[in-house]
Amino acid sequence: MDEQTRNILEILEEDARIVPEEIAALTGMTVEEVNQKIEYLEKAKIIRQYKTVIDWELAGENYVYAIIELKVQLERKLGYQAIAERLYKFPEVRSVRLLSGEHDISITVRGNSMKQVAFFVAEKIATLDQVQSTATHFVLKTYKENGLILDEPDQVKRLAVSP
Amino acid sequence: MRTQCNPSRFISNSMQKVPPSGIRKFFDMASGSEDVISLGVGEPDYVTPWHIREACIHSIEHGETSYTSNYGLMELREEISRSYVKRHGVYYDPEEEILVTTGVSEALDLAIRAITNPGDEIIVVQPSYVAYVPSVIFAGGVPVTIGARGENDFKITAAEIEAAITNKTKAVIINYPNNPTGATIGKDELEAIADVIVEHDIMMISDDVYERLTYEGTHTCFSALEGMRDRTIMLNGFSKAYSMTGFRMAYAMAAPEIINSMMLIHQYSMLCAPITAQVGAIEALRNGEEEVGKMVREYDRRRKLIVGGLNDLGLDCFNPRGAFYAFPSIKSTGLTSDEFAERLLHEQNVVTIPGDIFGDTGAGYLRCAYAASREDIKEALDRIGTFVDGL
Repeated sequence: MDEQTRNILEILEEDARIVPEEIAALTGMTVEEVNQKIEYLEKAKIIRQYKTVIDWELAGENYVYAIIELKVQLERKLGYQAIAERLYKFPEVRSVRLLSGEHDISITVRGNSMKQVAFFVAEKIATLDQVQSTATHFVLKTYKENGLILDEPDQVKRLAVSP
Repeated sequence: MRTQCNPSRFISNSMQKVPPSGIRKFFDMASGSEDVISLGVGEPDYVTPWHIREACIHSIEHGETSYTSNYGLMELREEISRSYVKRHGVYYDPEEEILVTTGVSEALDLAIRAITNPGDEIIVVQPSYVAYVPSVIFAGGVPVTIGARGENDFKITAAEIEAAITNKTKAVIINYPNNPTGATIGKDELEAIADVIVEHDIMMISDDVYERLTYEGTHTCFSALEGMRDRTIMLNGFSKAYSMTGFRMAYAMAAPEIINSMMLIHQYSMLCAPITAQVGAIEALRNGEEEVGKMVREYDRRRKLIVGGLNDLGLDCFNPRGAFYAFPSIKSTGLTSDEFAERLLHEQNVVTIPGDIFGDTGAGYLRCAYAASREDIKEALDRIGTFVDGL
């Protein structure tokens, strides 16, 4: 990856709202070059989406998250893809990952209450033909999300002038 | 009845030759102000990477709290040696050519004291870090300052060094990338300086603490130049590259005779660097590259932001290729560096450091450290703009 591309990606990963003019000031590129580069990165699907990390707890929305580990039965020819597609279509399912080790797949589910999540798992996930067993872990607190520390960021306590 | 004591009568002559650091005045002024944006700090604004802090905690938990060799932990010296072979192709023997010190400041003091006899002249290239001249005076030497000029992008030339050499000259101190200007110097220019050093049979003290913060071009290690290894005392440290200022971790590398002399002073004054910080330094060298890369890329962005912003405000700023300082000229405003910095602090709450504190050729310039958040840099630029518009 060239230096300019890395620069733009790192800047956008940190702040998706930053405007091209500011990226240009930070990278020494022209605004036009920045726009062209971003357009290419979007078309190439290297930039997949611009999202916001929200601390819903602080916003007063008490969402409940659970991580559910699944053991699944593989389908001939389709492997894990078919079950993954079944799983990721549920809007409650926020992430789907294939794992190595004891379980095959891990999904993250979001709901409004523990009861709602429990029923969703029991009725929609555990009942799928390919699913052999589930293990549900409710998330009690999120300290870090997508690389961002939600709890308390490190702060530098520096003097205003070096002695 | 006993007569009253006048303590100042006992202060040594060399102490009386050293004025207090000009930075101190701004330190005191800024300490009393609210809502201050500081471009005055020569210190990374990152907390030391976690893996380094964690290594130190682990070390303490396991009871590593003892003295180390006067030279420093062998493991650390070996890592330092490897890093110089890897980056510059120059080998220093960890056994007898590397000394771990508490900060480059100590390494500098030891280097000067190890080679200076009373009356020896040490050439100090300015603008430069404020400790060089006092360190020479404390050692009983005579500092001979020569100024790198803005017209030459603050690079000193071999001819300028040669013109300052006398039969009393013992060494030259250079610092590239430079604090306060951010200037770097090319291999060809250093080769020419090396010729002068050899011709006059003197030494070079090279303070490379900002080496890793080189954004354009490649840093040339002076001791890696042909014939320069044994004529150079290399000083380097962990403060800037790994954001470890409070750890006070640095090292000196030179010929065994020089390092041994430096070690003697170190042995009787400092004894050894703190073991916990040395453990952190080992971790930094072994696993710190990714973090260094990230920090350097971010400093580079801020560099472009601040240099572009200062130029847009009409404060002509040459392109600093290293360190984390912008050094704009404020000559167009008609104010002196001191007036500009003091009024800027009082009227807009922005801390900068007057350039002439770092040497005469820094007059008419301002040191702006961009090791500050982008938000702070943007806000500082806005405030400097308001200040300049109101002049």
